Amino acid sequence: MLLPVISKLTGVLLTYFSIFAFLVPACVAFFYGEIEVSVFLTSFLVTFFIGAALWFYFREAEEFRGAGGFLLTALFYVGLGLFGALPLILSTQPGLSFSDGVFESVSGLTTTGATTISGLDSLPKSILFYRHLLQWFGGMGIIVFAVAFLPVLGVGQMQLYHSEASGPDRDAKLTPRIAESAKFLWLIYAGLTLICVISYFIAGMNLFDAICHAFSTVAIGGFSTHDQSFQYFDLNSVKLVAIFFMIVSGINFALHFSVLKRKNPLLYLADAEVRTYFLVLLLVSLFLVAVFQFRQSDSDANSVDHLFQAVSFATTTGFVSSELYLWPPIAQVVLILAAFAGGCAGSTAGGIKIIRVLTIWRQGAREIKRLVHPNGVFHVKVGGQPVTEPVLNSIWSFVSVYIFLFFFSIVLIMTVSDLDFLTSFSAVSASLNNLGPGLGMVGESYEDISAPVKWILIINMMLGRLELFTILVLFTPYYWRR
Amino acid sequence: MQILILGAGQVGGILADSLAKERFDVTLVDKDPSRLKAVGERLDIKTIHGEASHPDVLRRAGAEEADILVATTGSDEVNIVACQVCYTKFQTAKRIARLRAAAYADDNALFGEDHVPIDFIINPERAVTNQVKELLAHPGALEILDFAQGKVQLAAMRAYSGGPLVGRALRFLTSDIPEVETRVAAIFRKGNAIIPTGDTVIEEDDEAFFIAAREDITSVMGELRKAELPNKKVVIAGGGNIGYGLAKAIEEDYDIKIVERDISRANWLEDGLSRSIVINGSATDRDMLIEENIDQCDAFCAVTNDDDINIMSSLMAKRLGVKQVITLIGKRAYVDLMHDSPSIDVVISPQQVATSMLLSHVRRADIARVHSLRRGAAEAIEVVAHGTKESSKVVGRRICDIYLPSGTTIGAIVRGDKVLIAHDEVMVQADDHIILFVVDKKQITSIEKLFQVGLKLF
Repeated sequence: MLLPVISKLTGVLLTYFSIFAFLVPACVAFFYGEIEVSVFLTSFLVTFFIGAALWFYFREAEEFRGAGGFLLTALFYVGLGLFGALPLILSTQPGLSFSDGVFESVSGLTTTGATTISGLDSLPKSILFYRHLLQWFGGMGIIVFAVAFLPVLGVGQMQLYHSEASGPDRDAKLTPRIAESAKFLWLIYAGLTLICVISYFIAGMNLFDAICHAFSTVAIGGFSTHDQSFQYFDLNSVKLVAIFFMIVSGINFALHFSVLKRKNPLLYLADAEVRTYFLVLLLVSLFLVAVFQFRQSDSDANSVDHLFQAVSFATTTGFVSSELYLWPPIAQVVLILAAFAGGCAGSTAGGIKIIRVLTIWRQGAREIKRLVHPNGVFHVKVGGQPVTEPVLNSIWSFVSVYIFLFFFSIVLIMTVSDLDFLTSFSAVSASLNNLGPGLGMVGESYEDISAPVKWILIINMMLGRLELFTILVLFTPYYWRR
Repeated sequence: MQILILGAGQVGGILADSLAKERFDVTLVDKDPSRLKAVGERLDIKTIHGEASHPDVLRRAGAEEADILVATTGSDEVNIVACQVCYTKFQTAKRIARLRAAAYADDNALFGEDHVPIDFIINPERAVTNQVKELLAHPGALEILDFAQGKVQLAAMRAYSGGPLVGRALRFLTSDIPEVETRVAAIFRKGNAIIPTGDTVIEEDDEAFFIAAREDITSVMGELRKAELPNKKVVIAGGGNIGYGLAKAIEEDYDIKIVERDISRANWLEDGLSRSIVINGSATDRDMLIEENIDQCDAFCAVTNDDDINIMSSLMAKRLGVKQVITLIGKRAYVDLMHDSPSIDVVISPQQVATSMLLSHVRRADIARVHSLRRGAAEAIEVVAHGTKESSKVVGRRICDIYLPSGTTIGAIVRGDKVLIAHDEVMVQADDHIILFVVDKKQITSIEKLFQVGLKLF
C-alpha cells in the first residue's frame, strides 16, 4: 500500500521545508525588527509539528517503489502550496485571503511570478524576502533539493527526480549517482545566484533588492519587491544584468555542468537546443524592435527594454521593465506567445521547452522531405542525433495535452467568470507556462479576479511546473489500479 | 623477400596475387580452408590454415623469417593482436595492418614501438573514398593521385577538341599558362606510351599524365579540354563502407543523394549522415532514378559491393544524362572490359588501390608512395633520395645527368614544403622526394637500384 510511505515522506519533506522556508525569513524579520517574526515562527511550528507527526506516525513504513514518485511529488507541491501560504495569510500585511495566499505561494513555488498583491513596496521586508525565497526553492526544484541533501528519502530517489525534472529526456544524469547529480545542480544554481547578487549590487541595486531579485531571476520566477517591477530601477545596467542572468538560467543546467567540467564555453554553441533558444530570443527581440519602428505607441521603451521584455517573456521569467499596456497589441501578444516555447529542458524556465518545439519543427520538415522524395529515408534529428519514435510520440502527446489543457482552461474560466477572452487567454498562458504577468485585467496583478478563476490558474501553474503528466497520471484509473 | 599475409579475403588474395607475380615469397594465413584452397591452387604460394593471431599459427607460417607482415583479416582486433604477437615473439621487421575502424586508424597516439606495434596502417576503403573525392573535385579527370601528403598531384585525363593546347606542341603550355609550372610525364596514344618532349603534339583522345602542384591542376586541365563546370549534385549508389565514407567526407561540399537497397542499412546511414538524402531502393531501378531527377545531377558514383549493379547502374546513369560517371569494379576481367567504355568515365579498382598502398612498403629503396596506373601497366613512384654525392647515384646531380632507365621520367621534386617541377637544371639534394613516372614496369628494379645508397652494399 502506498499511503503510509507517502504520508511518511510528505511528513519528512514538510519538516525540512518548515526549517528552511520559515526560519530564514524569521531571521530576516528579526534583523529588520519586524513583528512578522511571530508569524514565521507560528507557521514554522504548525508545519513542523504536522510534518513531524506524520513522519513519526508512519515511521515504520517501507521504502516506496515504482510510480509512487509521481504521487509524492504532486502531493508535496500541493502540501507546500498550502502550508507555504500560512505566513501570507497570518500576517496582517498583506493579510491575504485563503485563495490569494495559496495562489501567491503556488505562484512562487512554481516560479510563475503572478501576484495577487498590490502595494509590494510597503510590505515588510521579511514577507518580500519570503516570496522570493519560495521562488528560489521552486526554481531548481524542491524535490531535486531533497534528493541532493536528504538521505532519508531512500531508494525511490530516481523516480522522484524524474517526476520533477523537465524536458523529454529525463534520464540524463550528470554523474553515476542521482544524489550526486542533484547536488551538482544545486551547487551550480547556488553559485549562479551568488554571482547574480553581486552583479545586481554592482549595477546599482541595494543589497536587499539584489538578493531578492537574484533569487527570482535565476529561478526564472518573476517576483519583484516593487509593484513597478524593473521599471523601478531605471538603470540600463540593472536591466542588462537581468537579461544576462535570465538567458543563462534558461539554459539546461546539465549543460552548465558540462561546460564547467570541461572548461569549454564553446559547448553551449555546440548544443542544438541552445542555438535554437538563442535564435528564438533574437527573433522575438528583432520583432519587437521592428514593431516599434513601424507602429505608433505611447510607450517610451528603448531598445534595452525591447530586449529585456523579449528575454523576460520568452524565458517565462515575467519581469516587466516598461508599461506593457501601452505597447502595440501585436507586441503584447507576441510576448505572451513567446512564452509557449519557453527555455531549454533542464533549466529553471517553464513553457513547452525549446527542445520539444525544435523536435516538432524538424518532424514537420521531415514530412515535407518525404513528399519530395517518396523513397527517401528521413529521421528526425536534433543536434545530429536521431530522435527515436517513442520520444517523438511522448513529445507529441505532451504538446497535444498541453494545447488541449490550454484551451480547456480558457473555456472553463470564461464559463465561471465574466472575464474577456484576452484576459482569460493571457492568464492561462501566463500560468501554464509559469510566466506570470498577463494582459488585459491581469496585466498588473491578479487581485481583482474571482476565487474560482484563481484556483483554475493554481492548477495550471502546477501542471506547467510538473510538466503535466506527473499530475495528470494521478487522475487516471490506471495509476490507482496497478 | 618473405612476406606473410594474414587473411585471404579480397585484399589479401589480390595482394598475394600481385606479390607472387613479382617473385616475392608469399605465405597466406586464413581460418577458412576453402578460401585458402581457392587461392592456393591458383598461385605459387604457401598457405597455412589457422587463427591468424595465434602465436603457434604464426610460427608455423614462418613469422620468424618473414621480412614483412601484412595483416588484412576482416577483424581490426585480430590484425592488431597479430602485429603485437609478431613484434613481441618473432621480431618481424615490418608490420602492416589494415584497420577499417576510424576510431583506431585515426588515433596516432595508439601506434608505435612502445604501444601497438604497427608500422603502417592501410585502409583501402578510405583510399578509394579519397580518390573519388578528388575525381569529383576535378570533373574530366581520369585519375588524380596524391604525392608528398597531397602537395603534388598526378592527373590523368583525355584530351578533347576545344582544349586550347590540343593540336599544338607541348612547349606552348608555358606560354599559355605562364604562372603555372607543370610537366607532362607521359602520353598514351591508342594504348602506346609516348615519352613527351617539347615538340610532342597533343592529339584528340590522347590520355595525358601530368604533374603539378595541387592548386594548379585545374588550370592545366583547362588546357586539354573545355573547362567543365564544378560538380554540385552527386548521386552515390551503394551505402556500404565506401559509400558511407564518401558521403560523410563530401556532404558539406555537394548535394548528395545516396541510394541504398537494404532498409535497415538505409536507416543506419540516415542516422550517421547529416546533409545527405538517403534513398531506399535499388540503384538499377530506372523509374526511381528518374523520379529522383538523376538527369539533373552532375556526377554518379556507383560504389556498391556488386560489380554488376555498379556497371549496369552506371550505364543507365550515363544514358539518362549524368556528366561524370565513376564506377567501382572489383573483378579484373570487368575492369579491363569497362576501362575504355565511353559510358563510364572512370573505373576504380579497389584491389589496384590496395595493392598500390602495399607496394610502397615492399620495395627496396625508400619509397614513400606507389600508385599503380593503367591497370598495373605503369607506375608512379615517390622515392626519397638518400646519401651523398659519393654514395648515391642521384644526390648532387642535375636531373639531366641522372641515368634514368628508358620509359622513365622525373615529374617533380618536393623539398621540404617546396614543390619543384622537374627540368634539366634542377639539382637533387639528400632527402628530396622525387616523383617518377614509369611507363614500363620492367624498369622498376633498375629504379630501385638507382636510388639505393651504395654504402649499404658493404
